[in-house]
Amino acid sequence: MIEIETDVLVVGAGGAGMYAGVAAAREGARVLLADKSMVGRGGATIMAQMTVAAALGEQGPDDWTRHLADTLEAGRGLVDERLAALLCEGAVERIRELDEWKVGWARDADGRMRQVTAPGHGAPRCVYVDFLNTGPAVAQCLRRQSARTPGITKASGLSVTDLVTNDGVIAGAVGFRLEDGAAVAVAARAVVLATGGLTRLYRRNSASANMTGEGYALALRAGAELIDMEFPQFFPIGHLAPRLVGMDPIMWDPFRYKLGGRLLNAAGEEFVHRYGGEDEGRYVTTRDVISYAITKEVEAGRATEGGGVYLSFEHLGEGELREAFGPVVDRLAANGIDLTRRPIEVSPIAHYHMGGVRVDAEMSTGVPGLYAAGEAVGGASGANRLSGNAIPEALVFGETAGRHAARSAGKAGRSAWSQEAARPHLGRLAANGGRREASGGRRTAGAAGSRPVAGAALGELRAELADLMWEDVGVLRTGAGLASALDRIRALRLRLEVTPVPGEGPYPLARQDWFDLRGGLMAAESIALAALRRTESRGAHQREDYPDTDPGQARSQRVRLDPDGRLACEWMPPCPSPG
Amino acid sequence: MSETAPISIRRGAAGEAPHTQTYAVPWREGMSVLDAVLWIRTHVDSSLAVRYSCTNANACKECVVSVDGETAYACTARLPLRGVTVAPLPNKPLLRDLVTDIVPPKERLAARQP
Repeated sequence: MIEIETDVLVVGAGGAGMYAGVAAAREGARVLLADKSMVGRGGATIMAQMTVAAALGEQGPDDWTRHLADTLEAGRGLVDERLAALLCEGAVERIRELDEWKVGWARDADGRMRQVTAPGHGAPRCVYVDFLNTGPAVAQCLRRQSARTPGITKASGLSVTDLVTNDGVIAGAVGFRLEDGAAVAVAARAVVLATGGLTRLYRRNSASANMTGEGYALALRAGAELIDMEFPQFFPIGHLAPRLVGMDPIMWDPFRYKLGGRLLNAAGEEFVHRYGGEDEGRYVTTRDVISYAITKEVEAGRATEGGGVYLSFEHLGEGELREAFGPVVDRLAANGIDLTRRPIEVSPIAHYHMGGVRVDAEMSTGVPGLYAAGEAVGGASGANRLSGNAIPEALVFGETAGRHAARSAGKAGRSAWSQEAARPHLGRLAANGGRREASGGRRTAGAAGSRPVAGAALGELRAELADLMWEDVGVLRTGAGLASALDRIRALRLRLEVTPVPGEGPYPLARQDWFDLRGGLMAAESIALAALRRTESRGAHQREDYPDTDPGQARSQRVRLDPDGRLACEWMPPCPSPG
Repeated sequence: MSETAPISIRRGAAGEAPHTQTYAVPWREGMSVLDAVLWIRTHVDSSLAVRYSCTNANACKECVVSVDGETAYACTARLPLRGVTVAPLPNKPLLRDLVTDIVPPKERLAARQP
């Protein structure tokens, strides 16, 4: 077993985790920056193709309080104003700090940062690096900065499976090293959870591999609470077909902003107007209405071959397309897509999670020494996230969490680590006694129609979960569907419990699957539970049996794990205001 | 009945004699080699090891492997109907199956302490 001791352990090294690491190290803490993927390569930040909101006022008057007002408006009455204020005010400083770190924000001829008006924003507020390249540039900049900052030790391929608490105080974590499967114990005075979201739980998603939701379960098992779990965000026009490689499936939004485009069902008919929207070649209908309209068309049997609807730009000439999206047109051509000749197929797709770990304005979870940051945090977006707010959330909450975690670690004195507290968690890592799993033997495995062999039990379980989340805990929900989903999720939890933890050895991805599923099932159950109790429609939570918004439910719900292992969900008082 | 494409994958951990396993994967026009590998992990054998993160966007650059002898990203290399052979990178230390050690030395969790 590998034993490590540090001041601050950061779990997850995407945008939020890397910023947390830098901020903690600036406070003088020794930091272990861990990711089950590679530091600065996994997570969601690197995939961000769009823009980043901050009231810099570079392209006209703006103020962070106006950004806050837009964020509150988008959140449909559920935004935690303390967190949103922190996000909007802090975004200005963080974007300027990234500028000093030479991220390369796009500038105009006068040297001012370019800022565009993204939907829902009342001012030109959203900076970017280059079309479709903002996320990679931010990730690269933070990788560089975390390498330059003394006190940070990076650990790529360290999978954290459990947090360790001692008498309710954070003591560290245990997990395994992917390189060889060796068990790892990390004694830490403070821990920052920067584990990202959970959209991988859904069949159709735009997620990277590590958005499996296990961070929420780590928090619950350590005694923290979750908030707003019924609000995963669905992006209405995710790419479905033909297969498009090398590009994020949410890439069609900028096309629609610039060029409009028409949504058509399988019969070639416009349909958005049937559901209260209008779509005559312009992109003015809100995302929730478009998601609803597409889902209803599909239900009515008017789906395309791929199971979605058509998005057509066939009315445009190549000149117009090229002028708007030059090099991207070539990347599409490499995918065999010529927008002037045929439509593509789109569908709503799980994109982001508004809910998450409940924290205060210092990003403290309430469990002494445990902090959270980035998409893993809930509350700042309420029922619906404003576009452009995800990267600021990573940067601002990451910096805040890292700074306060370092201060908490400084005050903690000795680590609360106890071998006894860690033992049950370490035991699970040794469940198979270090035996390597069977490789499946040499055979030609069958495809369509053949029965899955035992070696795919975890894969089948994951696929079943993704299907049921998509069908019954997805864009449109009903009480009956949610209740049934809850039962099936609980049954899957039992099935996983009797599935042995795959053994160690180099790169034990099946073992990773097991732990991802254990956490993901708990996150899934939290979503279904909170969604079943919310008998109204609000933002990203749409109930067919309760289509209206109920002013009496303008409150958040929180979820905790009871000592008997059951998830408990309860209503909270109306959202607190700052000050 | 949909068409299937054969995909041959070199398997085994460092220090073991490598072997090649061939799978018949349901084929869809334009699918990537990574799509096929993930289909196998889901439906046939979850122990198949592959390094990947972003899945679609060619942003993370983690899924670099050898496809028919050429270095390629599994997420952008296409699976043709005639099939391909996929192997770990020949010039990097093998961990297992398609996974090689491409982690920069400074990011490796060694026995060292922070």
